[in-house]
This record gives sequence, C-alpha cells and structure tokens, in this order.
Amino acid sequence: MDLIVETFFNLDVLREMYPFLLDGLWMTLQLCIVIVPCGIVAGLCVAILFSFRFRPLSWLVIVYVDFFRSFPPLVLLIFIYYGLPFVGVDIPDFAAVVLALTLNTSSYYGEIFRAGIESIPRGQWEAARSTGLGFLQTMRYVIVPQAARNVAPDLTSNTLEVIKVTSLASVVAMPELLRLARVAQGLTYNPTPLIAAAAIYFVLLWPLVRLLSRMERRMIAGR
Amino acid sequence: MDKKSPILDVQGLRKSFGGLEVLKGIDLAVHPQELVFIIGPSGSGKSTLLRCCNRLEEATSGSIWVDGVDVLSRSTDINRLRQRIGMVFQSFNLYPHMTALGNVTLALRKVLKLKRDEADRRGRAALDDVGLRDKVDAYPYQLSGGQQQRVAIARALALEPKIMLFDEPTSALDPELVGGVLNVMRAMRKSGMTMVVVSHEMRFAREAADRVIFMDQGEIVEEGRPAEIFGNAKHQRTRTFLQNVLAG
Repeated sequence: MDLIVETFFNLDVLREMYPFLLDGLWMTLQLCIVIVPCGIVAGLCVAILFSFRFRPLSWLVIVYVDFFRSFPPLVLLIFIYYGLPFVGVDIPDFAAVVLALTLNTSSYYGEIFRAGIESIPRGQWEAARSTGLGFLQTMRYVIVPQAARNVAPDLTSNTLEVIKVTSLASVVAMPELLRLARVAQGLTYNPTPLIAAAAIYFVLLWPLVRLLSRMERRMIAGR
Repeated sequence: MDKKSPILDVQGLRKSFGGLEVLKGIDLAVHPQELVFIIGPSGSGKSTLLRCCNRLEEATSGSIWVDGVDVLSRSTDINRLRQRIGMVFQSFNLYPHMTALGNVTLALRKVLKLKRDEADRRGRAALDDVGLRDKVDAYPYQLSGGQQQRVAIARALALEPKIMLFDEPTSALDPELVGGVLNVMRAMRKSGMTMVVVSHEMRFAREAADRVIFMDQGEIVEEGRPAEIFGNAKHQRTRTFLQNVLAG
C-alpha cells in the first residue's frame, strides 16, 4: 500500500513539480482557446460553402472534409511539424499544432454544422428570403441560430475531443500538460505527475461531459 | 402610378420541374386594390404560380412584372423587390427562436436597416393591426396556429408591400381558428391592399374576392366575378371541381 501511494500519489513529488503541471495546463488551455474557435469558425464556413449548392464548391468541400476526417491528426501534425520545413515552410511550434488540429477538427465541426443547417425546414429559408433578406443574412439570423441549437450536443462532444487531442502536441515537444507531466516524471523518476495530469484533464473535461449529458437529455425530452 | 396599370402582370408564364410542365402559359394581371382568388385542385399549379411571382421558384419562360419591375430580369435586385411582395405561407414559417416582435422586425432592421426602436415601433403597429398587441413578446410555440399565421401576416405587412400573396393561409389551421385569419384579411382588403389568395375558403372567396380564377393542370381554365364562377361556371371542369369542394 505504501508503495502504491509513494509511487503514484507522492505528495513530495507533486509539491516539487506542480509548477511544471501548471505551465502545461496553461499551454493546453492556450491551445484550446485558439483551436476550438478556429475550428468552429472554419467548420461553419465549410458548412455554409456547402449550402450554396454550387457543384464545384460542394465537391471541394466534400474533398476537404473527407480528407481531413480520414487523416489521423497525429500524422497530420507530424507532417506539418517535421515535413513542411523540408520545403522551406518554417512555422512556429504553436502555429503548427494549431494548424494541424484546426484542419482536423474543422472537418468534424463542418459536418456537424452541415447536418444542423440541413435540419432546418425549407420554409424558414423561404420566409426569410421572401422578406428580402439575402442568403448570408438568412444564414446568419435565421438558419445558423436554429441549426447551432439543434446540434449543440454534437458541438460540445466534438469540443471535448479537441481538448483531448491537444495532448498529441506533446509528440512535437510542445510544452503542454502531457508533455510537461512526462518531463516531471523523468526528472523525479516517479509517475505521480502523470496521475496528476490525468486528474487535471478530468477536472477540465468532466463539467463538459455533464453539460453534454444534460443537453442530450433535454433534446430527447424536447422532442 | 396609373390606376389602370396592374401591380402584378404575368404573361405566358411557364414552369417545368424536370420534364413535368406545371404551368403551361399563364396570363394574369392584378390591379391595385384588387383581391384575386385562385382556386383549383391540388397539383394544378396555383402555389407554383404564386411562388414564381417573388422568385421562390424560377420561371422557365414568360414574363412577370411587379409594380413596374421586371421580376425575371437578371439585373433586378430581387431582395429589394421582395420587400414589395408580401408572402404568407400555409405553414406560417415563423422563426421559432424569435418572439413575435422579433419575427416582425428582423427584415425591418436587416433589410430596411431601421434603428431598433423605429423597427420595434413599426413591428408593434403591425402586430396591433392583426390583433396581437398583447402577444408581442410571445414565442411561436406559445401561440395558436391562427395567432402564428397572424404574426406571419404582420411580418409581411410591416414591410409595407405593394401586393400580398397568400399561399393557402388557412389550410393548416383548425376550423375554429380560420375566422381570425380571414378577419385580418378582410381588414387588409378594406384598407386597400392588393391581394392574390390561393385558398379553398370558398365562402370567403364568394364574399370578398373581386375575381376568381380557376386553374387546372397548369392552365387558367376560366375566371370571372365570384357570382359567375360559383353560380354559373362555363366549363365542365370548373363545375365538377366546385361540386366536389362544396359537397365536402
């Protein structure tokens, strides 16, 4: 028992290493704060481009979405981080991670928004257009607000995924939560920092998970 | 404008969906302050005719002029033109995420670019006109079907259109709610609004219409004063249709 506590829940190690974990948490949060909005905006653009129903454009959107949904985000990240410098494109670490994960997640957000937009009855379009609102005005004031509400659980669920996937950045030595936890583990020869990182992820994500369950229950009740 | 020149002038209008021709050369002129009623069996093209007039459907050929503007011309600013053509739908199509006032003022603020208080003032006046002064802050789900349809009418009226198109405005309503909507339409007629109504409310047609048009299979079969059509239709198709409807 003592061995387990000393190994996995070692308070001395934690006391020594918590600044690392806080730095890592802060970096993870920064990544999320940038990637989630970028992904949502890019996804919304993708969905709106699709809804123009202009063949070549829709086709491009489908290629984009299919490609990035079937491309492992870790492979994409490594390609951008280690591959692009070979062709003279040198982007900062943070930007590389943001780019890779935004490309990846925007395809998911895009599909969610597309489903949401398509769930809105045609009559809503016709009513809005018949009063003189343009296509984008109709999107903005009539369609997207309803669509976003309809797909709020899916958006939340995808956001959870994005936050988890930021841990991939540890692979390219980005000093985020997982990476710094592993550094701390290496310095102390003790896995307690990993346990602490897991706990931090849990505390970060659990409220979202609860929110998601509540939204899902409300959607079912509202039907 | 010359009193005699029509507000809505449709000539040789054809519309095909794929290989199916649903409008086979429609000519129709609607003059200021006229209430024109369009009747006919389902699938006769009545709704499509209305929807071509504000380009919710693209006409295949022919010409449509509204208030002196060529609806089908590529150079026409369709969004501008649509402000002058009010449209009311069978299924109301209120925006469920907005209050009654929000529904009415959206186009006032975003199309006419009115300030919020000015838009609200006009929106409240329009809701007052349809007898819903006390429902300004209600959401659509809190309103009956009849009230929702009146909000939809107010939404179109607030833009002060030159003509109002009604696409089966009472077909989705419970019978006891129809009267309220028809009363609003009567009041609009009294105030001089030009109206084209596709509907099966024959009693209302008989009482309020200036002209009744019978359509079947994409054509105008005949038209005339309500008394002529209902009492003394020339065509067998019209008589059969009316017998079937009125027997029901």
